[in-house]
Amino acid sequence: MSSITNLSRRGFIGSAAGLVLGFVLPASSKLQAQGFGPPPAGKPWAYVRIAPDGQITFMITKGEMGQGPMTALSQLLAEELDCDWSKVRAEFPPVNPELYGRQTVVGSISVRTMWGPMRTAGATARAMLVGAAAQQWGVDKTQCRTDLGAVVNGSTGARLTYSALADAAAKLPVPENVPLKDPKQFRIIGKPVKRLDTPDKISGRALFGLDARVDGMSYAVVARCPVFGGKVASFDATKAKAVPGVKTVVQIAAGVAVVGDSTWSAMQGRRALEVKWDEGSAATLNTASIRAMFIARAKEPGAVARKAGDIEAGLAKAAKKIEAVYEVPFLSHTPMEPMNCTAHVRADSADVWAATQSMTSARELAAQAVGLAPDKVDFHTMFMGGGFGRRGEGELDYVPEAAELSKKLGTPVKVTWTREDDMQHDMYRPASYVELAGGLDAEGWPVAFNARVACPSFTGLRNGVDFIAVAGLADLEYTIPDMLIDYRPANTPIPVSFWRAPGAVQNTYFAECFLDELCSAGGKDPVEVRRRLLTKSPRLLGVLNLAAEKSDWGKPLPAGRYRGVAVGTDVGSFIAQVAEISITKGKLKVHRVVCAFDCGQVVNPAILRQQLESGIIFGLSAALKGEITIDRGRVQQSNFNNYDVMRVDEIPEIEVHVVPSMENPGGAGEASVPCIAPSVVNAIFAATGKRVRKLPIRPAELV
Amino acid sequence: MPAFRFTLNGQPRTVEATPEMPLLWVLRDQLGLTGTKFGCGMALCGACTVHIDGAAARSCSMPISSVAGKIVTTIEGIAMAQPAHPVTQAWLEIDVPQCGYCQPGQMMSAAALLMKKKTPSDADIDEVMRGNICRCGAYRQIRAAIHRASEIATNGGRA
Repeated sequence: MSSITNLSRRGFIGSAAGLVLGFVLPASSKLQAQGFGPPPAGKPWAYVRIAPDGQITFMITKGEMGQGPMTALSQLLAEELDCDWSKVRAEFPPVNPELYGRQTVVGSISVRTMWGPMRTAGATARAMLVGAAAQQWGVDKTQCRTDLGAVVNGSTGARLTYSALADAAAKLPVPENVPLKDPKQFRIIGKPVKRLDTPDKISGRALFGLDARVDGMSYAVVARCPVFGGKVASFDATKAKAVPGVKTVVQIAAGVAVVGDSTWSAMQGRRALEVKWDEGSAATLNTASIRAMFIARAKEPGAVARKAGDIEAGLAKAAKKIEAVYEVPFLSHTPMEPMNCTAHVRADSADVWAATQSMTSARELAAQAVGLAPDKVDFHTMFMGGGFGRRGEGELDYVPEAAELSKKLGTPVKVTWTREDDMQHDMYRPASYVELAGGLDAEGWPVAFNARVACPSFTGLRNGVDFIAVAGLADLEYTIPDMLIDYRPANTPIPVSFWRAPGAVQNTYFAECFLDELCSAGGKDPVEVRRRLLTKSPRLLGVLNLAAEKSDWGKPLPAGRYRGVAVGTDVGSFIAQVAEISITKGKLKVHRVVCAFDCGQVVNPAILRQQLESGIIFGLSAALKGEITIDRGRVQQSNFNNYDVMRVDEIPEIEVHVVPSMENPGGAGEASVPCIAPSVVNAIFAATGKRVRKLPIRPAELV
Repeated sequence: MPAFRFTLNGQPRTVEATPEMPLLWVLRDQLGLTGTKFGCGMALCGACTVHIDGAAARSCSMPISSVAGKIVTTIEGIAMAQPAHPVTQAWLEIDVPQCGYCQPGQMMSAAALLMKKKTPSDADIDEVMRGNICRCGAYRQIRAAIHRASEIATNGGRA
């Protein structure tokens, strides 16, 4: 059970008067075991502030990168608090592990981990406000109700606003086990309320990381070794320093920083800088040599990630056996806002401004880089111009380097990555190579499924398995009697990390396209086979049936149009997609995507729809265009001219159908990415009879 | 360093800068107008879009010397319009942004399009707006908001 701590009496919030609540989360959950989830028991987590002047402010401890926690988490609090939504304001609080636990958002966890705690906080605050009003009126609490930010006396009709009651409420003991609203009473949860961040984002007022400005600030860009793992051998700054506006040139751990009076002068200075690099051992690496290593690794024994029955016996006794190899390339995150960080490091303290998914870790890394205790660093959370995993745990390289540089300069500095820096020094979605084998019984139904995964590891091995590298395969929902998914790490010097729907984004492609191969090998309809294999997974079966119905699966299409289906689970939600395509003279067009989704209870259907569309378009960019290639240890792509992404004229019509549900919420931000590539690729097979076993799709090769 | 005079959001401004310095960095670093965003530096993504003499321009690739004597409008200029600019109204109504970083550029491109074509078709929108990348994929909402802004501008918002 959660329990609530009244923080306003413990002096946590310096000058803020009124009622401030923090709360404590249950100690264990699967997410927490993975290190992503709530803080340990006993640590306060989030709070609501009701100021005497009437302003209600919610502290949002999840970074905002478009996925909507600022609004959705506020809805949870506002619903139970029973306040006036039009008076709600949301803020990013300072980093404070004691108050909030670890402030981080990865794995679409905002709503699914905060659903209970935020509602409990709102309900508890409401109960205390009611208690204060009852005391003031000398009536029993049961005679009071709440209405849009006020407590109403049931007998007299008198009203006391929350702001008038806040100080008195804060002095009351914190009640335990306050009941939550019956969902039938919801007037904010489940409603498409407008995003709280929109007004600032359409006026230029919203401050992203790159918009931080500090008095006396310099601007820097860093020359980084183009080869992964390389370092500075020597450099000559003479020409760089001659560039107008360049103030100084300083070596830091990440490379050579050119510091100027504007970003432009720093960029010009870097062009003039002469650096000799010690390129290191990765300088011989290229895409072909990495692929050869993956192929060799795939032949080696792997660690078991998922096992059912006996795969060897299952394949041996199968009436028909098929094999295929699938692979995907490295991918860049490419958020619209390139990496950047602003730091002002002083002798005994520092301020750091950054757009990050993981504020607590960012503060720790900045502190560590300059030899300060984390609590000496004031971390300022900025809006993120996209994240997609690039600004999360383990991917915060852009933060400590700015702190290090500021310390060396003794002045505030903003370090900006150019688009080229961002694309060529990313931590990429790992390439992956998978050998698949499957067996059919005499009637053509799948009875054996084997995947041998060779993929870089970045989360560490547990019993030999990197759980991200096999996500989407190891947790397949299908009931197949003989199954084996195994894994061997195939590490390279290319830095890799989380990328929207990590693991699932490639493994759902592998699994759902190979299953499609099994369907056609058995002469079966792809939806029919999936239905049969999902009888023990009612929620996934539910979205499959919904997508089939809404896409008119099985009914004729206009000439030249073809369908493909894929299903999957990710971030605790269930999804099915049917893509409708045409392919003419080597040109592929995705016309329509029908998406059926079950994430349990929905907090904001408008934001949910945004996220599902967003994930589909993000996944299409990868499936149709995304490929990072390596030559001589360097990334060959550099900007949007050679790493293109989906544009407005390329998007399909997207239909979203959400299953009504009373289950606890699952995640949404990443959920729709994995199924789009396989549904399109399966539609391509329907159109051409050709299997695309390697991404990105190259329509010219399908003629 | 040479001085360059231009009109910025209705006010005369003079800046001293190297002639090659792009307008983007003059706006952001020298003048503190950070609504105009840096996305690619090569006029490939549209995040830095402003209006120069009423036409959309990529400020990341527009030397300050070429702006001398011209009229520049940024997202801050659009945002201060009274009554609210149709694009602002429509973007608010449709609740377009996700991360929001590209939206100032999207809005500036949309506003310039609407000055040229009062009621653009989907094809008109695609032709102009394909130059503005949104990694969140808010494209359907952007398209809807442009149609809505067109309605607001032409007949006060009646569909």
